[in-house]
Amino acid sequence: MIGALVEAWAEFRVHRARVLLSLVGVVIAVAALAAVVGVGSIASQAQIEQLERGAGRPATLVLNPPYDPRTGKQADPAKLAAAFDQIVERYSITYAGSVLWSGGQAQFVDGVDAVQLTVVDPAYGPMHRVQLARGDWFSDRDELRLTPALVVSDAVWRRLGSPDLATHPTLTLIGRQPTTGVILGVLPPDPYVGNLQAYLLGSGYAALAPSAAPGASPLPMYEFWVPLELADPLAERIRAEVGAAFGEGWVVDVQRQDYLAWGAGDPLEPVRIVLLAIAGLILLLGALSLVNIALVTVRQRVREIGIRRAFGATAPRVFLAVLLESVVATVIAGFVGVVLAVILVQSDWIQGLIAPGLQDAVPFPVEAAVIGLVAATGVGALAGLLPALVAVRVKVVDAIRY
Amino acid sequence: MSLLVLEAVTRSVELPGGGRLEILRGIDLEVDAGDHVSIVGRSGSGKSTLLGLLGLIDDPSSGRIVFDGMPLARVSGGRRDRLRGRDVGFIFQQFHLLPGRTALENAMTPLLYARGRQFWRRERIATEMLERVGLGDRLQSTPDRLSGGEQQRVAIARALVRGPRLILADEPTGALDVDTGSAVMALLDEVAAASGAALITITHDPGIAAMAGRRFRLDEGVLRPVDAADRAVAAPPGGAP
Ligand SMILES: Nc1ncnc2c1ncn2[C@@H]1O[C@H](COP(=O)(O)OP(=O)(O)OP(=O)(O)O)[C@@H](O)[C@H]1O
Ligand SMILES: [Mg+2]
Repeated sequence: MIGALVEAWAEFRVHRARVLLSLVGVVIAVAALAAVVGVGSIASQAQIEQLERGAGRPATLVLNPPYDPRTGKQADPAKLAAAFDQIVERYSITYAGSVLWSGGQAQFVDGVDAVQLTVVDPAYGPMHRVQLARGDWFSDRDELRLTPALVVSDAVWRRLGSPDLATHPTLTLIGRQPTTGVILGVLPPDPYVGNLQAYLLGSGYAALAPSAAPGASPLPMYEFWVPLELADPLAERIRAEVGAAFGEGWVVDVQRQDYLAWGAGDPLEPVRIVLLAIAGLILLLGALSLVNIALVTVRQRVREIGIRRAFGATAPRVFLAVLLESVVATVIAGFVGVVLAVILVQSDWIQGLIAPGLQDAVPFPVEAAVIGLVAATGVGALAGLLPALVAVRVKVVDAIRY
Repeated sequence: MSLLVLEAVTRSVELPGGGRLEILRGIDLEVDAGDHVSIVGRSGSGKSTLLGLLGLIDDPSSGRIVFDGMPLARVSGGRRDRLRGRDVGFIFQQFHLLPGRTALENAMTPLLYARGRQFWRRERIATEMLERVGLGDRLQSTPDRLSGGEQQRVAIARALVRGPRLILADEPTGALDVDTGSAVMALLDEVAAASGAALITITHDPGIAAMAGRRFRLDEGVLRPVDAADRAVAAPPGGAP
């Protein structure tokens, strides 16, 4: 095997010019293939992260506020919170918390404007992959602050005049009582939703809530980030426990809400399939021209093969050498193709096209590089097979008379 | 035990128009280690065909070839290839160097099919052999940059790198002038004698043939020893043992 590799490499060096020319097609095809796969996986990673920001990472269970359909009564918030605490404790769930969406208003220099408020627990950050452009997400200590802590969207921050967070900028929210919060962090600019948005903790929301009276304000839902394989049994247990806490007749709704549970397909899939098909066709054409060239040269090299056989090369060895020669060449072509694809996909232009708003450049996916190289190797083996078969059929005496 | 034995060997080929062409008929030959055999014959008499049989690259149409005690009919495929690689060194009629490869790469070719030490030290071994044939300063030259005599010496180095027990030379001097020819032959003779290998030289040059201890003539596919009378005519004074 080592001998065959050494020989293949030497052959490649001798026929460099011809081989390189015939490889242009393979280089282009592999570059296209790797680029498509690369773009696809970067785009779908961006997409997944987007989905996870919205609905939580797999598996996220959500407990909606229970209600009694007979009376139309809503759950008592304190009782619900107690049930939640008990579940978190009993099943040692590290990441869990309440989420409540609420409309609100904020005072800006140029007037009052509507702001979408999301009341969360500190666990919301890791559970929803919250990434900040500047500053920090909430920590547990922030619950105890006297001035409520806020994380605001880029739009809010700009509206405030893009203040340096080190100066502890504040935002005044208008509710039952006006509350001034200090801004801890700012979300990255979001091209899809350029809205005014603020996150705050439950402790900060207390003063803003329309009324402290039970039933007067909306109830939060509770989210649990649990291992995928435990999602179904845990959902069952949570339903049972909350059901037990509220008693017969109450409707307790526990659902998976992460994107995996929706069975949502990749929206880029059709585009990707078309591009892959095109790359596959180019690869096929490249392979055909490789086969063609290899066949022609094998005929020219019958004499050489005969000479090698006379000096002890066995038929399998000749087969392997011719095959490897083709593989060595296409692997090199594949490598060049992958490098081209990396350069292309990592360029700012492409990055901006496929994953706008991503803060950090996503590294070129390893699987794209691997697929490119595997495809190149496969094409090399296929293209080398036919000439290799011709090569073993060479009869030594005849080849030498040639 | 003889290194190589041919018993009643014939070789015929099917002609495209139908009918058979008998190239070799009833060849009997025994070659021992250290023998120097020469075979002369006119063009088309079947010399190269015989060489193919002697070198294990062809099979007789009938008769038996025994190499080193093994009937070749029972040695086939990869075993035969490896045996040939290890024990036979060819010097072909038209050199048959690999074009585009340097002298060193050409001389290394047989070692690519060897194992162990010979494979791993192939560059050293080939370099030493090229130095021995006087081409130590032409290692990196490709065949198209070498004269006929130099190419022939590369071919000789290539035939000898694995230390074969049987050296087969087909018209080793055919493309060379008389002086270069006898120098090349002397070298071949010397290397063969030093390693105790058997040397079979095919030639149409009586002077070259006369350097061999055992002489044969191939005529219309029939091999006969050259008799004493022929020898007296063909051999240069004092050339025969
Ligand atoms: N495979 C073959 N098919 C048909 N004819 C063949 C084949 N091999 C050899 N011959 C014929 O057999 C005869 C002997 O050929 P061979 O090459 O052995 O001659 P030679 O003695 O080496 O001649 P030269 O001195 O010119 O090299 C020639 O007439 C050749 O045409
Ligand atoms: Mg001949």
